[in-house]
Amino acid sequence: MIHTLNLRQYQSRALLRSVLTSACLALGLLAPGATLSAQEARPVAEDPALEKKVITLSNELRCLVCQNQTIADSNAELAVDLRNQVRKQLSEGKSDREILDYMVQRYGEFVLYRPPFNYKTILLWAGPFLLLLIAMFILIQQIRTRHKHLASEEFNPTDLSRAKALLGTKSEGQS
Amino acid sequence: MKRYLIPIGIFVVFFGFLAAGLQLNPREVPSPLINKSAPAFTLPVLGKDNVTFSPEEMRGKVWVLNVWASWCAACRDEHPHLIQFAKTQTTPLLGLDYKDKPEDALRWLKEFGDPYVLSISDLKGQVGIDYGVYGVPETFVIDKAGLIRLKHIGPVTPSVIEEKILPLIKKLNS
Repeated sequence: MIHTLNLRQYQSRALLRSVLTSACLALGLLAPGATLSAQEARPVAEDPALEKKVITLSNELRCLVCQNQTIADSNAELAVDLRNQVRKQLSEGKSDREILDYMVQRYGEFVLYRPPFNYKTILLWAGPFLLLLIAMFILIQQIRTRHKHLASEEFNPTDLSRAKALLGTKSEGQS
Repeated sequence: MKRYLIPIGIFVVFFGFLAAGLQLNPREVPSPLINKSAPAFTLPVLGKDNVTFSPEEMRGKVWVLNVWASWCAACRDEHPHLIQFAKTQTTPLLGLDYKDKPEDALRWLKEFGDPYVLSISDLKGQVGIDYGVYGVPETFVIDKAGLIRLKHIGPVTPSVIEEKILPLIKKLNS
């Protein structure tokens, strides 16, 4: 009796197990669909072309929290928000210029990683060339004055005749 | 002697520039919003579910907008000074609770005191971006016409309140 009862218990367990297994299999069949939809929810994989544009434009924008990084390089929370902003506006069809203007209106020109050329940054851009010009001017002036100085230098007559005599004897001796 | 004067002169000028440059705070980026109108928005008021706030409502008043968050450590440092400032009742002080969970924000205000007439809940930080916020806490002074007249980045100190904010408010109110 006990033995048969155990057998029956065993049989019901086996049944339960097979039901569970098939349920798992059924879930397994559904699983690829489930993972697919999970991937679709990730904005990064959504549109590689858009993402590339987001990164290109993000490389033009300075992260104001970590100032020597672009918002493409930085993982500061604000950089992430601004990248999302860039992505959102690009997908709305805004041009690069419009998005950069949007950022400049809010954060100022400092947000542009490449400083623009205007009256405020003229010294920054032209400064090195200006210094080079000044240096060249000073150099030319110095060479000129030295030249003049040498040309106009007067020798006293005794020195001159002595030099002539020395040179004369030497050149005569050599020839 | 003259030939040494020029290099020394150049050196002094460069030294002056560099010394002045070192005194500047690189984190203080001048805001392009100064003397421009405060960007418009409509956002829920913290702790009041069906109430919204828009800066339009403050037209005709000089007011102070302080950007804060419960996760912001420096906000704790400036908080006592804001409470002190609110006590003087010189001008309405409003808070912009930036990228914060409302429940955390409310708990924070309960713990440290609430100097604000009301706080605006900017969950996504969009208004923060519109106001060019990059380092919480930040403080704006907005005039009667709705123009931003001052932006202070970082925690306010008693000297900032005494020397920058209060004189400006006085000037704007007169």
